Amino acid sequence: MDEMNNISVQEYKDKGKNLKRFFIEHSATMLFLVMCIIASYFSGYPVSSIVREIVTRLSRNAFLVLSLIIPVLAGMGLNFGIVIGAMAGQIAIVAVTHFGIYGIKGFLLCIVLSTPLAIIFGILIGRLLNKTKGQEMIASLIAGFFTMGLYQFLFLFMIGTVIPMKNKVLMLSGGVGIRNTIDLGRNDKGIKYALDNLWKMPLWKLMIIASIISTIVIITIYFWNKRKGKDVNTRKLIFNLGISFLVLLGGIIVLNGGKRFVRIQVPMVTGMVIAGLCIFNVLIVKTKLGQDFRTVGQDMHIAKVSGINVDKIRIIAVTISILLAAWGQIIFLQNIGTLSTYGSHVQIATFSIAAILIGGASVSRATIGQALLGVVLFHTLFYVSPKAGNNLFGAAQIGEYFRAFVAYGVIGISLGLHAWRKAVGKK
Amino acid sequence: MQEKYTLQMKDINKEYYGNKVLKGVSLSVKPGEIHALLGENGAGKSTLMNILFGMPVIHSTGGFSGEVFLCGEKTHIKSPKEAMELGIGMVHQEFMLVPGFTITENIKLNREITKDNFISRAFKNDSLKTLDIKEMKKDTRKALDTLGMDIDEWARVAGLPVGHMQFIEIAREIDKKGIKLLVFDEPTAVLTESEADNLISAMKNLAASGISILFITHRLDEVMQAADNVTILRDGELVATRKKEETSVSELAELMVGRKVEIIPTSNEKDYRISTDNIILSIRNLKVNMPGEEVNGIDLDVRKGEILGIGGLAGQGKIGIANGIMGLYETSGDIVLKGEKLELNNTKQSLKKGLAFVSEDRRGVGLLLDSSIEHNIAVTTMQIKDKFLKKMTVFNQMDNKAIRQHALKMIEELDIRCTGPSQLTRRLSGGNQQKVCVARALTLEPDVLLVSEPTRGIDIGAKKLVLDLLVKLNREKGMTIIMTSSELAELRSICDRIAIVSEGKVEGILKPTDSDRDFGLMMAGQYHKMRCKEAK
Repeated sequence: MDEMNNISVQEYKDKGKNLKRFFIEHSATMLFLVMCIIASYFSGYPVSSIVREIVTRLSRNAFLVLSLIIPVLAGMGLNFGIVIGAMAGQIAIVAVTHFGIYGIKGFLLCIVLSTPLAIIFGILIGRLLNKTKGQEMIASLIAGFFTMGLYQFLFLFMIGTVIPMKNKVLMLSGGVGIRNTIDLGRNDKGIKYALDNLWKMPLWKLMIIASIISTIVIITIYFWNKRKGKDVNTRKLIFNLGISFLVLLGGIIVLNGGKRFVRIQVPMVTGMVIAGLCIFNVLIVKTKLGQDFRTVGQDMHIAKVSGINVDKIRIIAVTISILLAAWGQIIFLQNIGTLSTYGSHVQIATFSIAAILIGGASVSRATIGQALLGVVLFHTLFYVSPKAGNNLFGAAQIGEYFRAFVAYGVIGISLGLHAWRKAVGKK
Repeated sequence: MQEKYTLQMKDINKEYYGNKVLKGVSLSVKPGEIHALLGENGAGKSTLMNILFGMPVIHSTGGFSGEVFLCGEKTHIKSPKEAMELGIGMVHQEFMLVPGFTITENIKLNREITKDNFISRAFKNDSLKTLDIKEMKKDTRKALDTLGMDIDEWARVAGLPVGHMQFIEIAREIDKKGIKLLVFDEPTAVLTESEADNLISAMKNLAASGISILFITHRLDEVMQAADNVTILRDGELVATRKKEETSVSELAELMVGRKVEIIPTSNEKDYRISTDNIILSIRNLKVNMPGEEVNGIDLDVRKGEILGIGGLAGQGKIGIANGIMGLYETSGDIVLKGEKLELNNTKQSLKKGLAFVSEDRRGVGLLLDSSIEHNIAVTTMQIKDKFLKKMTVFNQMDNKAIRQHALKMIEELDIRCTGPSQLTRRLSGGNQQKVCVARALTLEPDVLLVSEPTRGIDIGAKKLVLDLLVKLNREKGMTIIMTSSELAELRSICDRIAIVSEGKVEGILKPTDSDRDFGLMMAGQYHKMRCKEAK
């Protein structure tokens, strides 16, 4: 009898522990979820505009945030060096705008031009980070600042002097240096919305179609496996079907939610590109290269002893990340529509890292789901917090302050929580 | 075709910077034989293995002389990779396992089975091939089955018992194709008794399948249990090769330790120095959580005025004792110093109460390498005793004059060879660095001086000077000294009593004049077992 009691107490304790562990492990995400809900409530924005904003910002930022995953996998922490990739993207955009090529052609040319630049930068940064093992994050952060200096030197001084270029629209009146802001949507002769406007679909339609397709796929796979005699998990089937049903329900709600809801459009091609990157991230883990990333990330010493060329693997990881960031920045800017020559890239790393951390990622672990969830939470908060601050405290400045505070505070809090979690986990 | 020997090493000589560590060692292992390699720390076992595996450390220090035959063919192994290709495998003492990976991933680490996908075909790039998890699992299952392990091959390594990890290491080696010789480097050091038994039976199974096994250990009963033949090294020399049937645990113990020991014949004058009933430091049930040197419940009494030696093999916990007393690692238990209970885990208190510590990690913990000698000597005393300070209420200043004076005195007394008290300690030789550490400890004017591995990494001449210094301090100033050392000869030459630590506990306390056999048995943790048997 006593024993039985003991067991049940033990179980109870374990349950409590599991719950506690869940909260500790997801503390950052939970905190921001709560903050998002509170701030959304006080902002007074209608739900439709919040949803619209989330859709836009997800398509704008997801690619950049996803570019952070591979270095985390390879144990190099969060790659602040994506700023450098962003600069490569911007150099390509300036060049393409100067050439006067626009639309999707211009966009693709940007991608092509930025690729070799990003690869070169990536290899250089990778080499630097190999020399600063253990301090990758701070090293990539500082390398980013340093590169910004070079970037400014290029665009403020070299252009018009060393690099011959004449373009009244793009350049400063003195004939040397690039203007502060470049309009990418000028007379429809830029790359603004080049990707987004290729194919747009209303959100409700997309949700309904997606749920139907996923239901068919899930059921097909289930019966396919069953016929082949593999293990099938009925629970999982029900869970998956439940999710696709929820998506369907969401679609119907959006459809009946009034004009504003119906008008929300999803840039399909951008979405597909992001989905493609997600698939790439999944697939690469399953290759030999991905396994090497993981081995190096888990234990550099063991990787070395078992004959993996650790330095090379790390360089590849950083290069992929920086290349993806270059492309991500081009996607980002074609959505924004204006390039702030000396400013667009500055916050990219900070904001992307803040987003992925809010999603529940840490310096040593990051998944696609965390990246996407993080983008949603971070940008919801980013969107609603100024208004909420204004409504609550009655001053627009406080809202502005709140916004800047959120981005940096998030990183600080997340890193702090990560350290705390580690300490708690040890005990 | 059956070769007579899997491995033959003939007349191996190796020196590191003029210091001979292997002198004409030979070793032969037959197919299917379990051959034990026995020896104390520093006897040359690991150097011999480094040569066998062609470790870079061997080639970067001028190579070696002698011949290595593998299956009758003369080979010259230049890198660990080459050794692997030749069918030599190593089961490491510290596990080379990635905790976050599954067993399969660990066993197939960097030897993953891959299959083509359309991208890898398009780019003709091997590293883009997809992992063939199914095949990998199959191979793993086979290797695990060979070892008789019924564990899920997709289980994560983190959280598995240590014994399992050891088996995974072995599974990895036998999964490699064409393995002929497996080296086990102290495989049972971290295992419980039943795990060790499992391991030994697994080793026997492997040997029966024709794989030769080289078994490095210092647990004598395991040697008797598992090995067919035993080779004993001591100080880089081949002492003996014995067949298991022809030897006994006590003979092995004697062979392992036995060396000529010079004992300072001072037994008569010592008596008045040490009073048996004046216990200055009493330790009860001390447990220290020092990674790699855990102490699990030690009782020890230190008499006033004696030099107490603490000996034992590496990793058994002897280093942990002094570190625990000083509060450098998490400690529990009772320590009574001069009749007063000592607060644990508080280094400052330990220092204040009259303990001083010369750390085994001279360059890491012991010295401020980029500070001057005088600063190094004075720094602890400034912290603990507020000496060498000019009192200026809040902003106390260093009293440079007093420090200089004291440093000069110490340099003279301890004979520290340097350009002057302002020389940086980084520039000093090992022996002189050690003296600076001792000088700092002395500046505290301690009642008990704890010295860990005082002669590690310093040359022979300097060793003697450091040991003489300790004896002098003891004789002239009546200082109680607790000296921890891996070198038994050193302990036996200056200590009054020597406590031998095995598996985190005191195995026994011996006099320096006791027999080699007793020392050997105690170090191997076999003393009490043997005594029990004899009593029966």
